[in-house]
Amino acid sequence: MSIVIYIAVMAVTTYLIRMIPFAAVRGKIKSRFINSVLYYIPFAVLSAMTFPAIFYATGDTVSSVVGTVIALVLAYFNLPLIVVALSSSAGAFVTMLIMGII
Amino acid sequence: MKKQLFVKGMRHGIPIMLGYLSVSFGFGVLCIQLNISILAAVGISVTNLTSAGQVAGVEIIAAGGSLIEMILCQLVINLRYSLMSLSLSQKLDPSFNLMHRLFVAYGVTDEIFAVASSQPEPLKPAYMYGLILTPFLGWSTGTLLGAVAGDIMPASVTAALSLMLYGMFIAIIIPPAKKNHKVLFVILIAAALSVVMHYLLPMITGGFAIIIAGVIASVAGALLFPVAVEERGEAAE
Repeated sequence: MSIVIYIAVMAVTTYLIRMIPFAAVRGKIKSRFINSVLYYIPFAVLSAMTFPAIFYATGDTVSSVVGTVIALVLAYFNLPLIVVALSSSAGAFVTMLIMGII
Repeated sequence: MKKQLFVKGMRHGIPIMLGYLSVSFGFGVLCIQLNISILAAVGISVTNLTSAGQVAGVEIIAAGGSLIEMILCQLVINLRYSLMSLSLSQKLDPSFNLMHRLFVAYGVTDEIFAVASSQPEPLKPAYMYGLILTPFLGWSTGTLLGAVAGDIMPASVTAALSLMLYGMFIAIIIPPAKKNHKVLFVILIAAALSVVMHYLLPMITGGFAIIIAGVIASVAGALLFPVAVEERGEAAE
Protein backbone atom coordinates (compact mmCIF):
# COMPACT_ATOMS: atom_id res chain seq x y z
CA MET A 1 0.00 0.00 0.00
CA SER A 2 1.25 3.48 -0.81
CA ILE A 3 2.64 5.38 2.15
CA VAL A 4 0.65 8.42 1.03
CA ILE A 5 -2.59 6.58 1.84
CA TYR A 6 -1.33 5.62 5.29
CA ILE A 7 -0.28 9.19 6.01
CA ALA A 8 -3.59 10.61 4.77
CA VAL A 9 -5.63 8.18 6.89
CA MET A 10 -3.46 8.88 9.91
CA ALA A 11 -3.70 12.65 9.50
CA VAL A 12 -7.46 12.73 8.89
CA THR A 13 -8.16 10.48 11.90
CA THR A 14 -5.98 12.58 14.18
CA TYR A 15 -7.52 15.80 12.89
CA LEU A 16 -11.12 14.64 13.33
CA ILE A 17 -10.41 13.57 16.91
CA ARG A 18 -9.29 17.11 17.68
CA MET A 19 -11.77 18.98 15.50
CA ILE A 20 -15.14 17.37 16.26
CA PRO A 21 -15.29 18.32 19.95
CA PHE A 22 -13.72 21.70 19.22
CA ALA A 23 -16.24 22.66 16.57
CA ALA A 24 -19.37 20.83 17.68
CA VAL A 25 -19.59 19.67 21.27
CA ARG A 26 -20.85 21.81 24.12
CA GLY A 27 -20.75 21.07 27.83
CA LYS A 28 -18.40 19.04 29.99
CA ILE A 29 -17.93 15.32 30.44
CA LYS A 30 -19.34 14.45 33.84
CA SER A 31 -18.74 10.70 34.03
CA ARG A 32 -16.03 9.99 36.56
CA PHE A 33 -15.25 6.67 34.89
CA ILE A 34 -14.66 8.23 31.46
CA ASN A 35 -12.59 11.03 32.97
CA SER A 36 -10.49 8.45 34.79
CA VAL A 37 -9.90 6.41 31.63
CA LEU A 38 -8.87 9.57 29.78
CA TYR A 39 -6.52 10.47 32.62
CA TYR A 40 -4.75 7.08 32.48
CA ILE A 41 -4.64 6.60 28.70
CA PRO A 42 -1.49 8.65 27.97
CA PHE A 43 0.50 6.72 30.60
CA ALA A 44 -0.85 3.34 29.50
CA VAL A 45 -0.23 4.00 25.82
CA LEU A 46 3.30 5.34 26.29
CA SER A 47 4.14 2.35 28.46
CA ALA A 48 2.72 -0.15 25.97
CA MET A 49 4.61 1.54 23.13
CA THR A 50 7.89 1.55 25.03
CA PHE A 51 7.79 -2.03 26.26
CA PRO A 52 8.93 -4.33 24.79
CA ALA A 53 9.97 -2.21 21.75
CA ILE A 54 12.83 -0.58 23.69
CA PHE A 55 14.37 -4.03 24.36
CA TYR A 56 15.22 -4.48 20.68
CA ALA A 57 15.21 -0.89 19.34
CA THR A 58 18.90 -0.86 18.40
CA GLY A 59 18.60 -4.19 16.63
CA ASP A 60 20.61 -5.88 19.37
CA THR A 61 19.24 -7.00 22.74
CA VAL A 62 22.21 -6.37 25.03
CA SER A 63 22.83 -2.76 23.98
CA SER A 64 19.08 -2.04 23.99
CA VAL A 65 18.71 -3.37 27.53
CA VAL A 66 21.71 -1.33 28.71
CA GLY A 67 20.06 1.76 27.20
CA THR A 68 16.74 0.85 28.87
CA VAL A 69 18.32 0.52 32.31
CA ILE A 70 20.12 3.85 31.93
CA ALA A 71 16.86 5.53 30.88
CA LEU A 72 14.94 4.05 33.84
CA VAL A 73 17.56 5.08 36.38
CA LEU A 74 17.99 8.64 35.06
CA ALA A 75 14.22 9.11 34.73
CA TYR A 76 13.84 7.94 38.32
CA PHE A 77 16.09 10.83 39.36
CA ASN A 78 13.92 13.28 37.37
CA LEU A 79 16.58 14.24 34.84
CA PRO A 80 15.34 16.25 31.83
CA LEU A 81 13.90 14.34 28.85
CA ILE A 82 16.77 15.15 26.53
CA VAL A 83 19.39 14.05 29.07
CA VAL A 84 17.61 10.73 29.63
CA ALA A 85 17.21 10.17 25.89
CA LEU A 86 20.79 10.98 24.88
CA SER A 87 22.38 9.07 27.79
CA SER A 88 20.31 6.04 26.91
CA SER A 89 21.50 6.20 23.29
CA ALA A 90 25.11 6.84 24.32
CA GLY A 91 25.04 3.85 26.68
CA ALA A 92 23.76 1.60 23.92
CA PHE A 93 26.37 2.93 21.49
CA VAL A 94 29.25 2.32 23.90
CA THR A 95 27.91 -1.17 24.61
CA MET A 96 27.90 -1.99 20.91
CA LEU A 97 31.47 -0.68 20.63
CA ILE A 98 32.64 -2.81 23.55
CA MET A 99 30.93 -5.90 22.20
CA GLY A 100 32.60 -5.34 18.85
CA ILE A 101 29.31 -5.22 16.96
CA ILE A 102 30.33 -2.00 15.24
CA MET B 1 -3.66 44.39 18.75
CA LYS B 2 -4.03 41.18 16.77
CA LYS B 3 -0.35 41.27 15.88
CA GLN B 4 0.59 41.75 19.53
CA LEU B 5 -1.53 38.75 20.50
CA PHE B 6 0.02 36.66 17.73
CA VAL B 7 3.54 37.53 18.91
CA LYS B 8 2.56 36.82 22.51
CA GLY B 9 1.33 33.39 21.42
CA MET B 10 4.55 32.71 19.53
CA ARG B 11 6.55 33.69 22.60
CA HIS B 12 4.54 31.35 24.80
CA GLY B 13 5.21 28.61 22.25
CA ILE B 14 9.01 28.88 22.35
CA PRO B 15 9.61 26.53 25.31
CA ILE B 16 7.31 24.00 23.64
CA MET B 17 9.22 24.42 20.38
CA LEU B 18 12.53 23.59 22.09
CA GLY B 19 11.07 20.45 23.65
CA TYR B 20 9.55 19.40 20.34
CA LEU B 21 12.85 19.84 18.50
CA SER B 22 14.48 17.02 20.43
CA VAL B 23 11.49 14.66 20.47
CA SER B 24 10.88 15.07 16.75
CA PHE B 25 14.60 14.61 16.07
CA GLY B 26 14.19 11.17 17.66
CA PHE B 27 11.11 10.57 15.52
CA GLY B 28 13.04 11.48 12.36
CA VAL B 29 15.81 9.02 13.24
CA LEU B 30 13.26 6.30 13.98
CA CYS B 31 11.64 6.80 10.56
CA ILE B 32 14.95 6.24 8.78
CA GLN B 33 15.55 3.17 10.96
CA LEU B 34 12.15 1.86 9.78
CA ASN B 35 12.97 2.59 6.12
CA ILE B 36 10.58 5.52 5.85
CA SER B 37 11.85 8.31 3.60
CA ILE B 38 12.86 11.78 4.80
CA LEU B 39 10.00 13.32 2.83
CA ALA B 40 7.44 10.93 4.33
CA ALA B 41 8.80 11.52 7.83
CA VAL B 42 8.42 15.29 7.49
CA GLY B 43 5.03 14.82 5.79
CA ILE B 44 3.81 12.80 8.77
CA SER B 45 5.01 15.40 11.28
CA VAL B 46 3.52 18.31 9.36
CA THR B 47 0.11 16.66 8.99
CA ASN B 48 -0.16 15.05 12.43
CA LEU B 49 1.67 17.13 15.03
CA THR B 50 1.61 14.44 17.72
CA SER B 51 4.35 12.27 19.19
CA ALA B 52 2.93 8.96 20.42
CA GLY B 53 0.43 8.67 17.57
CA GLN B 54 3.13 9.20 14.97
CA VAL B 55 5.46 6.59 16.47
CA ALA B 56 2.67 4.01 16.54
CA GLY B 57 1.71 5.10 13.02
CA VAL B 58 5.14 4.56 11.49
CA GLU B 59 5.42 1.21 13.23
CA ILE B 60 2.15 0.17 11.58
CA ILE B 61 3.38 1.48 8.21
CA ALA B 62 6.70 -0.36 8.58
CA ALA B 63 4.89 -3.59 9.47
CA GLY B 64 2.46 -3.18 6.55
CA GLY B 65 -0.55 -3.08 8.88
CA SER B 66 -4.13 -2.47 7.79
CA LEU B 67 -5.85 0.91 7.60
CA ILE B 68 -8.38 -0.22 10.22
CA GLU B 69 -5.49 -0.90 12.56
CA MET B 70 -4.15 2.58 11.79
CA ILE B 71 -7.48 4.31 12.45
CA LEU B 72 -8.22 2.43 15.69
CA CYS B 73 -4.70 2.95 16.95
CA GLN B 74 -4.77 6.71 16.30
CA LEU B 75 -8.20 6.86 17.88
CA VAL B 76 -7.08 5.24 21.12
CA ILE B 77 -3.75 7.03 21.39
CA ASN B 78 -5.13 10.44 20.50
CA LEU B 79 -8.49 10.19 22.24
CA ARG B 80 -7.21 12.49 24.95
CA TYR B 81 -7.13 15.34 22.42
CA SER B 82 -10.93 15.15 22.24
CA LEU B 83 -11.11 15.94 25.89
CA MET B 84 -8.60 18.75 25.54
CA SER B 85 -10.50 20.22 22.59
CA LEU B 86 -13.69 19.91 24.58
CA SER B 87 -12.14 21.72 27.50
CA LEU B 88 -10.63 24.47 25.30
CA SER B 89 -13.95 24.98 23.51
CA GLN B 90 -15.30 26.33 26.80
CA LYS B 91 -12.58 28.97 26.94
CA LEU B 92 -12.88 30.51 23.48
CA ASP B 93 -13.50 34.19 22.86
CA PRO B 94 -16.72 34.97 20.87
CA SER B 95 -14.46 36.06 17.96
CA PHE B 96 -13.69 32.36 17.44
CA ASN B 97 -15.93 31.55 14.48
CA LEU B 98 -16.22 28.13 12.88
CA MET B 99 -13.39 28.76 10.42
CA HIS B 100 -10.96 29.66 13.21
CA ARG B 101 -12.11 26.61 15.14
CA LEU B 102 -11.41 24.36 12.15
CA PHE B 103 -7.87 25.72 11.83
CA VAL B 104 -6.95 25.86 15.49
CA ALA B 105 -8.23 22.31 16.15
CA TYR B 106 -5.22 21.07 14.15
CA GLY B 107 -2.84 22.36 16.83
CA VAL B 108 -4.32 20.87 20.00
CA THR B 109 -1.41 18.97 21.57
CA ASP B 110 -0.69 18.12 25.22
CA GLU B 111 1.69 21.03 25.66
CA ILE B 112 -0.23 23.63 23.65
CA PHE B 113 -3.36 22.65 25.55
CA ALA B 114 -1.54 23.04 28.85
CA VAL B 115 -0.35 26.57 28.02
CA ALA B 116 -3.64 27.68 26.43
CA SER B 117 -5.77 26.43 29.30
CA SER B 118 -3.57 28.20 31.85
CA GLN B 119 -4.30 31.62 30.28
CA PRO B 120 -6.45 33.78 32.55
CA GLU B 121 -8.43 35.44 29.72
CA PRO B 122 -10.61 33.93 26.95
CA LEU B 123 -8.58 32.63 24.02
CA LYS B 124 -8.51 34.73 20.85
CA PRO B 125 -7.66 33.27 17.40
CA ALA B 126 -4.52 35.40 16.88
CA TYR B 127 -3.03 34.18 20.16
CA MET B 128 -3.77 30.54 19.34
CA TYR B 129 -2.22 30.82 15.87
CA GLY B 130 0.98 32.18 17.41
CA LEU B 131 0.97 29.54 20.13
CA ILE B 132 0.67 26.80 17.50
CA LEU B 133 3.15 28.26 15.00
CA THR B 134 6.40 28.08 17.01
CA PRO B 135 5.87 24.49 18.27
CA PHE B 136 4.85 23.49 14.71
CA LEU B 137 8.14 24.88 13.37
CA GLY B 138 10.08 23.03 16.08
CA TRP B 139 8.25 19.77 15.36
CA SER B 140 8.74 19.83 11.59
CA THR B 141 12.33 21.13 11.68
CA GLY B 142 13.34 18.56 14.29
CA THR B 143 11.87 15.75 12.19
CA LEU B 144 13.77 16.95 9.12
CA LEU B 145 17.06 17.22 11.04
CA GLY B 146 16.58 13.79 12.63
CA ALA B 147 15.72 12.12 9.34
CA VAL B 148 18.64 13.74 7.50
CA ALA B 149 21.00 12.85 10.35
CA GLY B 150 19.66 9.30 10.37
CA ASP B 151 20.23 9.12 6.64
CA ILE B 152 23.85 10.36 6.59
CA MET B 153 25.12 8.92 9.88
CA PRO B 154 26.55 5.42 10.12
CA ALA B 155 23.90 2.77 10.78
CA SER B 156 25.37 2.07 14.22
CA VAL B 157 24.78 5.67 15.34
CA THR B 158 21.23 5.63 13.96
CA ALA B 159 20.60 2.36 15.76
CA ALA B 160 21.74 3.83 19.06
CA LEU B 161 19.77 7.04 18.52
CA SER B 162 16.60 5.08 17.85
CA LEU B 163 16.49 4.58 21.63
CA MET B 164 16.02 8.33 22.06
CA LEU B 165 12.26 8.42 21.69
CA TYR B 166 11.68 5.48 24.00
CA GLY B 167 14.08 7.08 26.49
CA MET B 168 11.94 10.19 26.38
CA PHE B 169 8.75 8.21 26.87
CA ILE B 170 10.33 6.66 29.96
CA ALA B 171 11.33 10.10 31.20
CA ILE B 172 7.70 11.18 30.78
CA ILE B 173 6.04 8.28 32.61
CA ILE B 174 8.49 7.44 35.43
CA PRO B 175 8.45 10.68 37.49
CA PRO B 176 4.62 10.76 37.85
CA ALA B 177 4.62 7.00 38.56
CA LYS B 178 7.06 7.54 41.40
CA LYS B 179 4.75 10.02 43.09
CA ASN B 180 1.46 8.33 42.23
CA HIS B 181 1.03 4.59 42.71
CA LYS B 182 -2.18 4.50 40.67
CA VAL B 183 -0.20 5.69 37.66
CA LEU B 184 2.53 3.16 38.40
CA PHE B 185 -0.09 0.40 38.50
CA VAL B 186 -1.48 1.40 35.08
CA ILE B 187 2.00 1.63 33.57
CA LEU B 188 3.00 -1.82 34.84
CA ILE B 189 -0.22 -3.45 33.60
CA ALA B 190 0.17 -1.85 30.18
CA ALA B 191 3.83 -2.88 29.89
CA ALA B 192 3.11 -6.43 31.04
CA LEU B 193 0.24 -6.91 28.57
CA SER B 194 2.28 -5.46 25.74
CA VAL B 195 5.25 -7.73 26.51
CA VAL B 196 3.05 -10.82 26.77
CA MET B 197 1.33 -10.07 23.46
CA HIS B 198 4.61 -9.42 21.68
CA TYR B 199 6.36 -12.61 22.79
CA LEU B 200 3.49 -15.05 23.32
CA LEU B 201 0.78 -13.82 20.93
CA PRO B 202 2.73 -12.69 17.86
CA MET B 203 -0.42 -12.79 15.69
CA ILE B 204 -1.54 -9.58 17.39
CA THR B 205 0.25 -6.89 15.42
CA GLY B 206 1.95 -3.88 17.00
CA GLY B 207 -0.83 -1.34 16.60
CA PHE B 208 -3.49 -3.63 18.03
CA ALA B 209 -1.21 -4.64 20.89
CA ILE B 210 -0.89 -0.95 21.85
CA ILE B 211 -4.66 -0.50 21.65
CA ILE B 212 -5.45 -3.61 23.71
CA ALA B 213 -2.79 -2.98 26.37
CA GLY B 214 -3.60 0.74 26.56
CA VAL B 215 -7.35 0.28 26.90
CA ILE B 216 -7.25 -2.63 29.37
CA ALA B 217 -4.72 -0.88 31.61
CA SER B 218 -6.61 2.45 31.59
CA VAL B 219 -9.99 0.82 32.22
CA ALA B 220 -8.48 -1.28 35.04
CA GLY B 221 -7.01 1.90 36.53
CA ALA B 222 -10.32 3.75 36.17
CA LEU B 223 -12.29 0.90 37.81
CA LEU B 224 -9.88 0.31 40.70
CA PHE B 225 -8.64 3.86 41.25
CA PRO B 226 -11.08 6.41 39.81
CA VAL B 227 -9.63 9.92 39.79
CA ALA B 228 -11.37 13.15 40.74
CA VAL B 229 -11.82 15.56 37.83
CA GLU B 230 -9.43 18.10 39.41
CA GLU B 231 -6.58 15.56 39.38
CA ARG B 232 -6.76 15.33 35.64
CA GLY B 233 -4.75 18.49 35.13
CA GLU B 234 -1.65 16.62 36.29
CA ALA B 235 -1.86 14.26 33.35
CA ALA B 236 -0.15 16.71 31.00
CA GLU B 237 2.89 15.01 29.57
